[in-house]
Amino acid sequence: MVRLNINGKDHDIDVDPNTPLLWAIRENVGLTGTKYGCGIAQCGACTVHVDGVATRSCSYPVSAAVNAKIVTIEGLAQNGVLHKVQKAWLEHDVPQCGYCQSGQIMAAVELLKNKPKPTDADIDREMTNICRCGTFQQIRAAIHAAANA
Amino acid sequence: MNFVPKMNRRAFVIGSAAGGLALGFGLPKSALAAVGDRAQFGENLTSNELGIWVAIKPDDTVCIRIVRAEMGQGSQTGLAQLIAEELEADWSKVTTEYPTPADNVKRKRAWGNYNSSGSRAIRESHQYVREGGAAARLMLIQAAANEWKVPASECTASNSTITHAASGKTTTYGKVAEAAAKLPVPEKPALKNPKDWKIAGKPLKRLDTADKVVGKMMYSIDYTMPGMLSAAIKDCPVFGGKVKSFDAAKVSGMKGVKKVVQVDDKSVAVVADTWWQAKTALDALPIEWDKGSNEKVSSASIAKWLEEGLTAETKFVGNKAGDTAAAIAGAAKKVEAVYSYPYQNHACLEPMNATALYTADKCEVWTSSQNGEAAYAAAIAASGLHADKVDVHRLMLGTGFGRRTRSEYVTEAVLIAKQMPGTPIKLLKSREEDMTNGVYHPVTQCKLTGALDKDGNVTALQMRISGQSILAYARPEAMQAGADPATFQGLNPGGAEGAFGYDIPNLLIDHSMRNPHIPPWFWRGVNNNQNAIYLESFIDEMAHAAGQDPLAFRRKMMAKFPKHLGVLNAVAERVGWDKPAPQGVFRGICQHMGYGSYVAAAAEVSVSGNKVKMHRIVAATNPGHAVNPAQIERQIACSFVYGLSALFHGGITIKDGAVVETNFDTFGSIRMAEMPRVESIIMPTNDFWGGVGEPTIFVAAPAVLNAIFAATGKRYRTFPLKDQNLQIG
Ligand code: FES
Ligand code: FES
Repeated sequence: MVRLNINGKDHDIDVDPNTPLLWAIRENVGLTGTKYGCGIAQCGACTVHVDGVATRSCSYPVSAAVNAKIVTIEGLAQNGVLHKVQKAWLEHDVPQCGYCQSGQIMAAVELLKNKPKPTDADIDREMTNICRCGTFQQIRAAIHAAANA
Repeated sequence: MNFVPKMNRRAFVIGSAAGGLALGFGLPKSALAAVGDRAQFGENLTSNELGIWVAIKPDDTVCIRIVRAEMGQGSQTGLAQLIAEELEADWSKVTTEYPTPADNVKRKRAWGNYNSSGSRAIRESHQYVREGGAAARLMLIQAAANEWKVPASECTASNSTITHAASGKTTTYGKVAEAAAKLPVPEKPALKNPKDWKIAGKPLKRLDTADKVVGKMMYSIDYTMPGMLSAAIKDCPVFGGKVKSFDAAKVSGMKGVKKVVQVDDKSVAVVADTWWQAKTALDALPIEWDKGSNEKVSSASIAKWLEEGLTAETKFVGNKAGDTAAAIAGAAKKVEAVYSYPYQNHACLEPMNATALYTADKCEVWTSSQNGEAAYAAAIAASGLHADKVDVHRLMLGTGFGRRTRSEYVTEAVLIAKQMPGTPIKLLKSREEDMTNGVYHPVTQCKLTGALDKDGNVTALQMRISGQSILAYARPEAMQAGADPATFQGLNPGGAEGAFGYDIPNLLIDHSMRNPHIPPWFWRGVNNNQNAIYLESFIDEMAHAAGQDPLAFRRKMMAKFPKHLGVLNAVAERVGWDKPAPQGVFRGICQHMGYGSYVAAAAEVSVSGNKVKMHRIVAATNPGHAVNPAQIERQIACSFVYGLSALFHGGITIKDGAVVETNFDTFGSIRMAEMPRVESIIMPTNDFWGGVGEPTIFVAAPAVLNAIFAATGKRYRTFPLKDQNLQIG
């Protein structure tokens, strides 16, 4: 049994400690907002926060996440109020298929935590997730909007 | 060769299946509970149907039926706009629902074609869906008029409200829907003039965003149901090869493993409690393959075979005028070049997957497909059951790009589920499996020969395409006398789909078909991608040889093609072609027509060392009608990301008969820092209906390639550019 604290709630799950955190979250805990895209830390679709740090959970073993506070896309809104990044995403109609967007949003939240007023260069440097739909122009605009919200 | 289990077309007999179907079968109750409020694409059709496209609930909710797939391109919202427009609906009350393919069969295919590829979702269904909206409006008005005992002609509808001006009476759609549903459905109702549109034609937001920013949108990969097991699959790495043997005992004891199964002659799967357990066991499973006869094939051997096709005899002619041989012989100047375009993987961000539940008398599938009916046919064939015992429930697609018009993942999921009757099985391909055992943008080469007269006018153009036919593999029934007409996309002499846009007196475009064993498929833009690169790069080469400006050179040949010219002029004007570019910045321009739309682009780049900086792209499209300009703008910018990813970072190479690239580390995709600024010009002329999801991808690569030539004097003719040490800066 491994205990994971996800979105403020403890989950005891029966899983091999080497299992990537992504699959424990999706299959053992049942939160499917965090996506699988590559499994090798390339695409960022699986991004969650581990103790506040944006982490590609497909390449992060469950054993390393024990005792950590994990936040997934489902835990970003507080008391039913969307995070300002989620609001900006809605306002700018960012997602196309939307499959990468959980990861994009989690990455953007961390960026704004570290750089409350990011420049375009900051966004270029920190937003490295793949979007096969190509929503980058909308993502950039939404991050600036969230920074000014 | 064709290693896909052949779909038994006779199993999909629409007429016979339509007869004896009982209404109301669908999701089992347990599955409904699992989906809960996340059933964005839930298939419980609302009652109070007004025709087949609209149903209205007593609380005024407008339920619009969408059968085309939504994969991010926005057709779901666009189609709803068209219907809501004719319905005079309150847009804030609009929701969508999905009749399953079996529902369609029950109604004798009343909802028509489910296919969403070839940029056809709107352009091929606008007429009947708008008529559906208009008919529903007339029924609602009639019901209100009946209740008020006034002539329907005295009543008007707007914003989901019906008004009888003379008496001052009003009512809402929800209040009269039940009575309206009992009225006959008017046939061929008159449609609005697009000039009067209030909902269609407007840059409205998408209908499906809310669930996507909170992680609630249910994609196929997210589907779950009680008792479900997960499967990981491995195909023979060499296409056409087979499974020889595997040692199930080696992994049967691993945690969570339930069963090791041979899926078909080419693949093996492990079924386990979770997918991660299944994949871990599959990686440990010893499998012997019979790799077949293609083990020696490589990218180099394919290239050599295609090269021979550049001069071989052929009968497959796509476009011909005058006498090219004579004109070339008499040319003041002859220009020649050979181009080639590589394989590409679709690399949908959500890898292929499907969940299947099979019992002896029923088979249900939950999946994401670009063509629900094709997925349905695959499930029928694989299950061996009659159509009325099978259904496919659609979930959201994590991109499609043409890949999800192929249903082999449905076939495979059903074949696994058949070996475990009563247990729902979710089959998910790993990224590596998706990358190495997919279907690919086909490989071709092209030899172009141009003749110029002494004034630099083009007197002849010859294009010999050598290489792979998609239709020969994917739709052999669509071949014409052994030739693949789709090879000539965008190069045809005329037609509404995609016409060659230059007036050249002597022209010969033909194809020497050579089909390597790598399975080809439709990939966003399809054959327009390489045809536009070949033609538009070479037009630039001829302009250079003639010492003329590439824009002026094109314009001389385009007087008879005002729509092609219209978009070209628009990008030239916006980019400021007649004024110098900023210091160190160079421009390229091009145009093309495909999927019914006219597109052009102008790129501004600078090149330093091996780094190409794309400063700005201006792209124009004339799609005939612009149903949602905001979504079209997104499709334009995003098609550049997809097209330029393929140009710079993509390319699938073959070694020992198998695909080399396994993941996004070797098959790259443009990220934020590499994204050029794309400005779009949407210029509908409102006299035809063209596509949107694909067309602008055609002009992405040639505009940038022509700009790179302007910057460096070097013409790149083989791709991806990473192989030539050229990167995005
Ligand atoms: S799935 Fe983790 S980075 Fe791609
Ligand atoms: S929105 Fe589809 S992959 Fe990003």
